[in-house]
Amino acid sequence: MKDPQAMPVLEVRGLRATVGDGVEILKGVDLLVKAGEVHAIMGPNGSGKSTLSKVLAGHPDYTVTAGEVIFRDRELLAMPAEERARAGLFLGFQYPVEIPGVANSQFMRLAYNSVQTARGGEELDPLEFDDLVRERMKYLEMDPAFLERSVNEGFSGGEKKRNEILQMALLDPTVALLDETDSGLDIDALRIVAGGINRLRREDNAVVLVTHYQRLLNYVIPDYVHVFDDGHIVRTGDKFLALELEERGYDWITAPAAANSAQAQAR
Amino acid sequence: MSMPPPVAQDDAQDDTRDEARNEARDANTSAPPAAYRTSVLDSQRALAGSPAAWVNQLRREALEQAHVLSLPTRQDEDWRFTDLSALYRLAFKAASAPAAVVAQAIDPYRIAEAPQRLVFIDGVYAPELSEGPSGEGLTVCSLAQVIAEPSHRLHETVRAHLGTLAPASGGAFAAINTAYLHHGAVLHVARNQAQLTPSHLLFITTREGLASYPRVLVIAEGGSQCHVVEDHVSLHQGAACVNAVTEVHIETNAQVRHARIQRDSRSSFHIARCAVSVARDARYESVSIDLGARLSRLDLSVRQEAPGVHIALDGLALVGNGQLADTHSFIDHAAANGASRQLHKTILSGASHAVFNGRILVRPGAQHTDSAQQSRNLLTSGRARVDAKPQLEIHADDVKCAHGATVGQIDQGELFYLLSRGIAPEAARNLLTYGFAADIINRLGVASLAQRLRQQVLEQTDRAGSPS
Ligand SMILES: Nc1ncnc2c1ncn2[C@@H]1O[C@H](COP(=O)(O)OP(=O)(O)OP(=O)(O)O)[C@@H](O)[C@H]1O
Ligand SMILES: [Mg+2]
Repeated sequence: MKDPQAMPVLEVRGLRATVGDGVEILKGVDLLVKAGEVHAIMGPNGSGKSTLSKVLAGHPDYTVTAGEVIFRDRELLAMPAEERARAGLFLGFQYPVEIPGVANSQFMRLAYNSVQTARGGEELDPLEFDDLVRERMKYLEMDPAFLERSVNEGFSGGEKKRNEILQMALLDPTVALLDETDSGLDIDALRIVAGGINRLRREDNAVVLVTHYQRLLNYVIPDYVHVFDDGHIVRTGDKFLALELEERGYDWITAPAAANSAQAQAR
Repeated sequence: MSMPPPVAQDDAQDDTRDEARNEARDANTSAPPAAYRTSVLDSQRALAGSPAAWVNQLRREALEQAHVLSLPTRQDEDWRFTDLSALYRLAFKAASAPAAVVAQAIDPYRIAEAPQRLVFIDGVYAPELSEGPSGEGLTVCSLAQVIAEPSHRLHETVRAHLGTLAPASGGAFAAINTAYLHHGAVLHVARNQAQLTPSHLLFITTREGLASYPRVLVIAEGGSQCHVVEDHVSLHQGAACVNAVTEVHIETNAQVRHARIQRDSRSSFHIARCAVSVARDARYESVSIDLGARLSRLDLSVRQEAPGVHIALDGLALVGNGQLADTHSFIDHAAANGASRQLHKTILSGASHAVFNGRILVRPGAQHTDSAQQSRNLLTSGRARVDAKPQLEIHADDVKCAHGATVGQIDQGELFYLLSRGIAPEAARNLLTYGFAADIINRLGVASLAQRLRQQVLEQTDRAGSPS
């Protein structure tokens, strides 16, 4: 769905970020996402993929030390986390958080109404929201019993991921960053979740999939595949790059990158 | 004899974190417990003699104990953090006649799921407000009635059990309670009978200056099951004093669920002892919730008498400005193959104080004990203070015991999750505080009561979360 005329929705330029006592994890990330596109980010464990998505969502553990991010014509990094979400950024967590004592429906209605209010839409009362959420759950083949349970508490890995996509379906983001939403899904669940993602795709929104496997990309076809290593994108290609990675692993791409950074350190 | 009206002389102290200053002030201003003892026992003489000689005997012995046992002060290790001097400065007398309470006044406290309800007004049994037939094998009735009728089916059973788990010799407050022994609730479930719907014991205080002495005796015979809700509420804002004693006997293979709700007025004092004995292969599950009182103290002790017992204790104390909630629990694994699980949570706002002392004793021979204890404390104010202490004493070698205590603010990971969904920081904090409490409330197993308590928590945490 590459369209040269499409509007950029997310533009990351030279993003650097550190964690804790100054360890640099993101080392200059550049990424341009336009409306209607699907991007896949792949790369070795620990290379910084989740850190990138969390930094974009506004996680307080990380400090941005350089670069800028333009999200729908706004300076994303100047916005607090909740405002990023209201403006249309969604992060599907690699490890969704459990919140004992808070019912899933209660949480989702508050989120929905917070976002709706900010966008000038209508708030829903519990009954109206119940209708909406049940309808969305149908597409994801989720049991309505999950509404009454505490947020993610005791959910299986796959159930948590489905619950993330349910939230995405409710919050209707412009850019969805889905961090390993496919990990831990069985074959049927993968198909259902991919169907859910595809259903939400439009010309005016975009999806960034962080994944380790080609599988998901058979259902949600990426326009770009990026290889992430050592805190930045080391190669960008089309969907065939994912197939090649599946076959050859990362060494052939990352080894030179590692050599480069070793050189840089030596200097 | 007329009593001076109670006067609170001491407002919420917000320097509770300054130990040294506290000690110094206590030394100067501690009220002498002796005066309190005299005044609190004064109305005991007005108590009419019981028709049962054994009750008079119990009272007499208890009165002696009440005179000789020392009233706790902060010099006592078990009361190190809980200063009763404000209580000792006040005078309370027991209600001689029941106050008239109209049925509508208790409407907010009715529990739809509970077919049986016993109501006590300022400690006095109120038959006109109580209802519900005793069901199949289940007897829920007035202690005074059982005592008054020597021919009552449960008379001898009650006589054999009353005061055995929480004897007057066990402490000054239990002794004072027993010296006033008269009104109370008996819940008895016969062998192999399962009564899963809750029985509601509602203890209401109606005005300040009164002391009440709730007394509960639960006996679950072998193989039986029951669910008791002990509920302490106030219809006033003043300072009353509730001194409650509950004894729970769980015989072989029986199961008891026990909910204990304390929502007395924010000026009141609530001092409670609950002693439980759990026989072979039996089960005790309790949920204790403290929302009210200026000062509350619960001593909960559960003894595993024989192998194969399961004990689950959940607790929640929600304290705001000027409140102190103290829970001392004691799980005594005196036999093998016992499992215990405990989760105690506190939420503090304003200048408040929560104390948790969770003692677990694994006696020699209590092999294969599996015990897990968690104390989790949520501070929403810099002026609040928590003293949480797990106390494990293990005298057997083949056991699994885990414990942990956390004191802190809202979990940053949970907060970020909510923010990342567009929820405003204040609403997110309130929701997480609410969830922290609801996690315990949801274990009550009484939907309508849980719903009401969650609502109360929501109101309280909204207030706590908003800047004042
Ligand atoms: N909060 C943190 N504190 C300390 N180190 C962190 C923190 N967050 C990330 N890191 C470190 O940063 C590096 C990148 O982590 P990140 O989770 O972004 O990797 P990833 O590419 O998502 O890996 P995976 O494929 O395993 O999910 C890792 O070495 C990780 O240990
Ligand atoms: Mg990751």
